Amino acid sequence: MIEQRYRTDILVVGAGPAGVAAAFRAAESGARVLVVDDNPQCGGQIWRADSKKALDKDATKWLDRIRDSSVKFLGGLKVFDRPEPGVMRAEGFDQVVACRFEKLILATGARERFLPFPGWTLPNVTGSGGLQALVKAGLPIEGKRIVVAGSGPLLLAVAGYLKERGAKIQIIAEQTRRFDLVKLGLRLLKCPKKLQQAFDLKMKLQGIPYLTNCWPVSASGRNAVESVTLQQGPKEWAVSCDYLACGFHLLPNTELAELLGCRIEKGSVWVDEFQETSVQGLYCVGESCGVGGLELALVEGEVAGWAATNLKEKARERFSERRKWRGFAAGLNRAFELRRELKKLPTPETFICRCEDVPFSRLQSEHSWRSAKLQTRCGMGPCQGRVCGPATEFLFGWKTESVRPPVFPVRLGSFVPSSAGDAPAES
Amino acid sequence: MPEFVTIWINGSAVRVPAGTPVSIAVLMAGHSEFRRSVSGEPRGPLCGMGICMECRVQIDNQAHCRSCQILCQEGMTVRTHD
Repeated sequence: MIEQRYRTDILVVGAGPAGVAAAFRAAESGARVLVVDDNPQCGGQIWRADSKKALDKDATKWLDRIRDSSVKFLGGLKVFDRPEPGVMRAEGFDQVVACRFEKLILATGARERFLPFPGWTLPNVTGSGGLQALVKAGLPIEGKRIVVAGSGPLLLAVAGYLKERGAKIQIIAEQTRRFDLVKLGLRLLKCPKKLQQAFDLKMKLQGIPYLTNCWPVSASGRNAVESVTLQQGPKEWAVSCDYLACGFHLLPNTELAELLGCRIEKGSVWVDEFQETSVQGLYCVGESCGVGGLELALVEGEVAGWAATNLKEKARERFSERRKWRGFAAGLNRAFELRRELKKLPTPETFICRCEDVPFSRLQSEHSWRSAKLQTRCGMGPCQGRVCGPATEFLFGWKTESVRPPVFPVRLGSFVPSSAGDAPAES
Repeated sequence: MPEFVTIWINGSAVRVPAGTPVSIAVLMAGHSEFRRSVSGEPRGPLCGMGICMECRVQIDNQAHCRSCQILCQEGMTVRTHD
């Protein structure tokens, strides 16, 4: 295994909008900035390169800025450990990287929340953003029948995107109440940019039923999903489909921050006004410190990039804009809170942990995440509880805990630094 | 960079545009089932972004590779049901 070593002033983990903005602003003062990301390319999820369609103006502007700057980008690397203070280790397909840094900015983004229901483990039952990512990467979708379900603004964006690419969207099932969406709609009136986006989406989605108070109760099929049963009030009915794209809003990725000892509050990384975490010299930006969308991620990134390079006055200039987007994000997250009825979706046989195939019935007698891990192997598989952890938190109220290295599964050899004799030069 | 690359999936050649993730090549080759779970259920990609590990396959004899995060390279050999 080739081990590559780097030394940088500022290391940014995550190359989505928040990481890109942070890196660009940090590099302005002449600091050496290195960005690493698990994905092969810069842009994260929302600016994921599309095999068929050019990115929008905002995305192009920021990605061009990064390309033309002194910022160095390394893709295809998952950061999995901090072997000593000031060093992070990352693994790629055919290499290991050790990076020594002065300051660290975490921009690890968010993932979709998945909730278990009978049939949710079938092939072609994907996340909503999950299916979008696959299609952007080149999955042909023309003419495919798709049910989009779950919760959050992402459902609409995904449905709009898939429709544009020729898919037949059967229905969009949103679990939240119409009343909560109306409240959110009123908030949009104060936010012209978001209002415009919502209006454009509405036009794009004309003719597609968007049902609120509606959610999937089961999916069925032989080797892959063929049909999904939806529920709305007392009504239950089946819809045939080739894909069920289902995700229940987003969750911050906090594992790396937890490993580094950062304080976590309400599921997000706690930060001060300069985006600095409870650990000095360690910043956190974007969705990992609270799901808030693109605009908030960008402004948080800029604040951290400037603050980490001692340009605190510049950072301050962005505070009022950040306040505005945080207010909007709070309204958004309230509107898509999960309803209690969703806790009743799993049957005793439904697998909650997909890695270890642990059914709901085996977890009902456990009292904590830890006991479930020890007694049933729930959360002990390769995803390390990233999927079932949030599900059990919702179903049973368990707190997932004890993040330890490696934060991602890696090869044993990646853990062991190459010996001093053959240590490669730092670049 | 070449416009297309050829990779081998379970012994069959598959030609895809350069820059395509392995997961998409596997799906385009007609496999919605990437692996079997510990109790024998068919599984395929869920999250599309390297979190869930459901799309893992063997690539160039390396076990447990997340196919959604690795791009096809000319001549790569991929085995599903890793």
